[in-house]
This record gives sequence, C-alpha cells and structure tokens, in this order.
Amino acid sequence: MSAAVDYLLHLADNALVLGQRNAEWCGHGPILEEDIALSNVSLDLIGQARLLYQLVATLKGGDCTEDKLAYFRDTHEFRNYTLLELPHHGPLSGYAQSSLEYGTTIVRNFLYSALMALLWEALEKSANADLAAIAAKSLKEVRYHLRHSRDWLVRLGDGTDESHARVQASLDHLFAYTQEFWAHSPAEAAAIAAGIGVDVTTLRADWDAIVDAALSEATLQRPAVSGYVTEGKQGIHSEHLGFLLAEMQSLARAHPNGVW
Amino acid sequence: MYTQSFNVPDSPGAKTVALAPSSEDPALQAAFDARIDADGRIEPQDWMPEAYRKTLVRQISQHAHSEIVGMLPEGNWISRAPSLKRKAILIAKVQDEGGHGLYLYSAAETLGTSRDQMLDGLHSGRAKYSSIFNYPTLTWADVGVIGWLVDGAAIMNQVPLCRCSYGPYARAMVRVCKEESFHQRQGYEALLVMMTGTAEQKAMVQDAVNRWWWKCLAMFGPPDADSPNSAQGMRWGIKRVSNDELRQKFVDATVPQAKVLGVTLPDPDLKWNEERQHYDYGQIDWAEFWETVNGNGPCNKERLATRVKAHNEGQWVREAALAHAAKKKAREMKDAA
Amino acid sequence: MTTALKEWPLWEIFVRSKQGLEHKHCGSLHAADAAQALEMARDVYTRRQEGVSIWVVESKAITASNPDEKGELFDPAADKIYRHPTFYEIPEEVGHM
Repeated sequence: MSAAVDYLLHLADNALVLGQRNAEWCGHGPILEEDIALSNVSLDLIGQARLLYQLVATLKGGDCTEDKLAYFRDTHEFRNYTLLELPHHGPLSGYAQSSLEYGTTIVRNFLYSALMALLWEALEKSANADLAAIAAKSLKEVRYHLRHSRDWLVRLGDGTDESHARVQASLDHLFAYTQEFWAHSPAEAAAIAAGIGVDVTTLRADWDAIVDAALSEATLQRPAVSGYVTEGKQGIHSEHLGFLLAEMQSLARAHPNGVW
Repeated sequence: MYTQSFNVPDSPGAKTVALAPSSEDPALQAAFDARIDADGRIEPQDWMPEAYRKTLVRQISQHAHSEIVGMLPEGNWISRAPSLKRKAILIAKVQDEGGHGLYLYSAAETLGTSRDQMLDGLHSGRAKYSSIFNYPTLTWADVGVIGWLVDGAAIMNQVPLCRCSYGPYARAMVRVCKEESFHQRQGYEALLVMMTGTAEQKAMVQDAVNRWWWKCLAMFGPPDADSPNSAQGMRWGIKRVSNDELRQKFVDATVPQAKVLGVTLPDPDLKWNEERQHYDYGQIDWAEFWETVNGNGPCNKERLATRVKAHNEGQWVREAALAHAAKKKAREMKDAA
Repeated sequence: MTTALKEWPLWEIFVRSKQGLEHKHCGSLHAADAAQALEMARDVYTRRQEGVSIWVVESKAITASNPDEKGELFDPAADKIYRHPTFYEIPEEVGHM
C-alpha cells in the first residue's frame, strides 16, 4: 500500500502544484483568450490532483481527505518534480520577485505535458484499476495541454526575434530540471515493482522525439544539460515550493476546524 | 455579469449627456424609431443613429471592462482557496468572467470599434467600469458574498438586457446569463457552509456582508431622478428596467435570503412596508459612489495598473503570434507557387 | 507595424452542439491564425460541453446581404403561398400526405 500511496502522491502533487501555478495567470494573461485557455489547463490539473488525492485518502483510511493531503502536509512531504514549483520567470532566489513571464509557462507546460502524454498512456495499464481509470481521463486532458503548449512554443520560437530569444532563455533555464524525470526515486521503483507504476526511462526516447520535433519546428536549440539533478519527488525542493505552499495553505491552516 | 447602471459618462465629472436631436436622414430615423417602438431588433448592418451606436459602444464596452476588471478581486483568492473543490469552482467562475468580457467585446466590435480601441479607453482611464470592483477582497468570505450579492445584483440588471434592442448585445447576454446561473448559487452555498462552521467563520461572513451590502445597492446606479441617460436608454430599448426598480427588486429578493443564511443586513432602516409591499431601505452614500466611479476609490489605481501591466507584458506574446502566422502564411504561399 | 496591424484578426465561431445538428454561429474571438482560432474557440465556447465540432471563419471573409435591400431580396417570396403544403386542400380520407 505504501508504494501505491507514495507514487500516487507524486502524481497528485505534480498536478496540484502545476495547477496552482497555471491559475496564477487567471486575470493576467497576454490576451483574454489565453486567460481562459490557461484556466482550463489549471482546472484539468486540479481535477486530476483531486482524484488522485481521493484515491490516496481511500487507501490510507481513517480521517484522511483530499484537503488534508493538499493543505496539511509540509514542503518536505510534497513529492512533485521541482520543475513544476518554479515561478513563471527565470532563475531567481526564493524570495526575489518578478513579473509572470509567458515563455516560462509555455516551456514548462510543454516539457511536462510531453512526459505525461506518454506516462498517462502507459498508466492506463496500471495494476491499480483506479489509477488506470484516472490515467485514461487525464490522458485526454494532457493531450490537449501538449497541443496548446506545443503550438505556443512554435509560435514564440518562430515568431519575432524578441520572442525567440525569450523562449530560448526559458528553455535554457528549465531544461536541466527535466533530468529529474529519468532518475528513479525509491517510491517509483517500488511502484514499478508492484506493477502500479511505469518505468519512465522506457518513455525517454519517445519524449526526446516529441521534444526534438517541436524544438526544431520552433527553431529552438535543445540545451545540453548536466550537473545537479533536482530531487523534488523525494521531498527535497527548491526555495520556491515553501512560498507556494505558504500561500496556498494559509487560509486552511488558519482555520483548521473550518468547513468550506 | 457585471453591468451596473452602466451608462455612466466616460469622461470624469460630466454627469449628463444631452439627448442630441438627430440631424440625420429623417426617413431612416423614422424607420429606426418604428422598429424600436415595435420592440424589433437592430442588427449590425442596419442603419442606426450615431448617438445610439455611441451609447451602445460605451455601455457594452463598460460592461466588458467590468467583467475583466471584475476578475481581479475574486482572482485575489484563487491561490488561497481553502479547499480544492472551492479552488476549482473559483477558477471556473473567474474564467467565466473572462469569457463574458470576451463575448461583450465581440458584441461591441460589431459596432465598428475594435477591442484594442476599447482596451485603450480602459487603460488610459477614460472608460469606466463597475465601481464595485474598486473595493478590496479582504477575506475568503468576500468571495462568497460577491457571488451572492454582487452577482445577484448583476443578474437583476442583466436578465432584462437579454431583450435589449441591439441583437448582438442581447445574444451575448443570453449566453452570459445562462453561464451566470451558477455564480450566485455557488457564492450563497459557500456562505451557507461557512455559517455551519466555527465562530470565526461566521464572523467572517457577517463582516463581508457588512462591507459589501451598500456597495451592491449603489451598483444599480444613481436614483432614476438623477439618471438622465436612463430615459434615453429605455427609449432605445437598451435599458429595460429603471435603476430604482431593479434596486428594489434586489432588496426584496435578498432580505429573505439573508434570513436563511443567518446574517444581518447592515441597515437599521431596512423594514417591510405593508403599504408598498416592498422593503424600505436607508440612504445610499452617493458621494462615495461618485468618488469611486471617478477614480478615487480604495483600489481604482491598483485595478487599472494591474490590467495595464498584463496588457503591456503580453505585448511580445501577441506580436510573436502574429509574426508567426505571417511567416507560416508566406511559407504556404511559396510552397503553393 | 502600425497599431492597427498589431491586433489579432477577428474570427467567427460556429459550433455543432451534437452529431446530426448543423453548425450554429455562437460568437467571435481574436486569434493570430485559423489553427489558433480553433483552439481558442474550444476553450472559450465549449467549456460546458456545448459542442462536438467547431468551424472558424475569419470575419472579414464573410459577405453579408445589405439590409437596405431587404425588400427586394426577401419580400417577393411572401406571396408565393402555393409553395407551402397548407395551400392545398386534400380530402380527409386520403390521410397524411
């Protein structure tokens, strides 16, 4: 059970944290039509997170609920990829402030959606039937997210000189974080052994193909990456997740006995 | 969902607009008047008096701006929504408001004004939007109260607009009202749940009601006696029910809802009038209303600057999309040649 | 580029609400090109499962009839009552026809 719980939390936290980030655009998008599009992405992700947390709550039993998992776990208990918690701008320390930058949002959504389009498809065959059902639903959603982010990646890459330079910088900033996709955590290894999870390394060639084709169409350079491999999915995060959670959880924690 | 009495004049200070007599073709004018009198609809390509066109552009664009600026006070709580369910509901609601703004800009565009021109009016401070969004959302209960009272007030205003004489506006309002029906209910239900919670939660709800009640009454716009544009709007069929009438309807509908909720509406003069068969209510602070409409409310500068910032920072994205579309088209033409 | 050229073109959106029904005009939006207009139409006009198929047409591609010509275009059809089945009296015993 623990293998399933840890693995499901990894998937759920990914969806929640990225959903929270995408919702930051609601009211601030580059054009009204995009506010609406990114809100849809966010709603899909939060919906995925809720289903996964509900499944975890069932497995854990007792008084566990989706909201206890989302609002009353601390930073080190979150199991999302570090990539997904980063703010929508270039590299900055945790308490530094900057405007939302659309290129970062698009590149991150693209890199993650490309992975999840493959992972959800593989998870349709999970030994956990509930997870397989969530995967089938999520697959349709993520295919659209991939299409949306890929289209924009191409538009920005092959748009103006300015947009090309900006989106290349976003790519250079974020690409190193994708190394975390391919390094198994103990939870993933246990889930794979139990037939619940999928060995992501088997998806890598397909992911490379999706990414390379899009980058080529977008006239962008794939950055070479090496060095530190982030460990968000093992609970070791960037400085940014603490701020994200402090904000997200503040109201729920101020009223631990509240009903909403 | 957020029209107020709109037809507040756009240029600050000027409270009245003379009903300009038409110097245009009398035959066309007569045909137009006859159609309006017969409760007919005007479509984009039909002849219409310039004043009708201008008034509509102003009213619809103010309505659209209100939707877009209206995303900000509630959007303020998306990141902190206290449960995942409420977070999803709130995102969907604020997103709908963006959609409504979009439908309304589209309706106004059929009158020959581009969205960029309208946005320019908003960003430069010339155009108005509903004064209600210049107040801050201080607690989570504000989100519920906005749904219940602000959306409730807006619905009162908007349902009659589905029968407005200008076809594209009426059709946009039909779509808006259809989507809107969940907004007021979600707000009221969120408050109902909070009222079953802790003492702090109940106090939060009452505090929010206290802060928003009078602003909501003011949303319907100045009293009919001080509302010279209203008469022309009614004549043209682009305003169907008067400000005071809508306000009374709102008060009458809200009092019993407040009772079920278990909150007090902050007006000592609020009581049932057996003779009128309506609730009497106290004096609205119109000086504060006009201050806020004219840019001097608590959040006017913040709201406007936030919209301008989003627009300016999105410029490179919009340009890139256009540039890419042009490149792609050029490549396709070359391939075809 | 002039300011006017910086605005994305306007598109008219037609949605088929379910298989078997026609596409119906439901509104418009701005998009840089047709592909983007389709995606945006999905997000803007089908958030509540309003559609199973979308058409987008650039607004400027639509040619509309002139309202001033309404009389000559449409009124002449008014007296052709023999085009309607109710014009003809058929004995009741014939039944539905």
